Amino acid sequence: MTVSAELELKSFVLLRLGERRFAVAADGTAELVAPSRVFRFPHKTAKIEGVILRRRRIVPVCDVAEKLVGSRLTTRRFYLIALRRYGQRTEWVAIPVTGECELINSELNAASASDEPHVAGWLSHGGDVIEVLNLDALTPGPRDFGSSSAASQRPPVQKARQSEARP
Amino acid sequence: MPPTAPLKSVPLREEQIILFRIGEQLFALSSSSVQEVRSADSLSGGATEIDAPGVDKVRQFVRRGNNTLFLVSAATHFGISAPEGILAFVLRNTRTALLVDSIEKMTAMTCLQALPLSFCHEERQWYRGLTALDQTVVPVVRPEGFLSNEELMMLDAALPPPELSAGETEVKRDADTDLGTELN
Repeated sequence: MTVSAELELKSFVLLRLGERRFAVAADGTAELVAPSRVFRFPHKTAKIEGVILRRRRIVPVCDVAEKLVGSRLTTRRFYLIALRRYGQRTEWVAIPVTGECELINSELNAASASDEPHVAGWLSHGGDVIEVLNLDALTPGPRDFGSSSAASQRPPVQKARQSEARP
Repeated sequence: MPPTAPLKSVPLREEQIILFRIGEQLFALSSSSVQEVRSADSLSGGATEIDAPGVDKVRQFVRRGNNTLFLVSAATHFGISAPEGILAFVLRNTRTALLVDSIEKMTAMTCLQALPLSFCHEERQWYRGLTALDQTVVPVVRPEGFLSNEELMMLDAALPPPELSAGETEVKRDADTDLGTELN
């Protein structure tokens, strides 16, 4: 691998939802924590299950599995605490995941215009092509903060990815 | 991994709150926003039925001088399956008498965290924020959040003329006889 190629590598956290793996940018995550009590109270935001207490902070739990794999997680082992941006503001959001997460370095292939807004790009790892998630588009938030902004800022599609098979 | 983001909690000197229940669900309300605590019976005894389309959580109102108080079912407001509340909180500077099941206790909170922005629907009007008490997270309700301006307009439009309900205008009774309690 050349020096210039190494500079293209970015760090990602691989997470598992059921049988599928996804990735999020490592600099968009805070920590991985064991399951803890979810506090529930009335609200109207469909994807939010409740909140957990972590480091004296109250963190919303957002189950993204239904959107990504078609069903809610029946078993969960950890919460991936990710950073969700709302304009200039950043807040923690807890994503339930199955299995342990893995930190990897990989090259990011940008998403194309035909990809869904929650797809920030793609990476290859262990023979698989894995979706890199745009949590700003995947998790709920006020409309004022335009969750689709990341999609409009996507870099052009890399030609090298065109021949890759997606899962 | 990046450093943790800054805390979003609002430090408070100390705020007295009432913890109350609707069904199994616990809520908090600033005690300074509660003008009176009454038994629902004592309040609804002088109440008149009202049927405002689209405002199912209000079934009765009480006239107090020039003011009209609407009895709001907290269970219906929050979508909780629970019997009608047996206590009424008359909320200060509002037209709401909130029907709740029970008072858990009065206590103090020292920290109020803003509702995370992930919560992005009506709940942003319902709650001032969340607080952690004894390792439990409790939503702190917003007194003004039970009746929106639009709902108040619909309720006002459904009110009968004062002369038709004048005979049922509530007379504020002695606290000893109706179990009512004035706060602050």
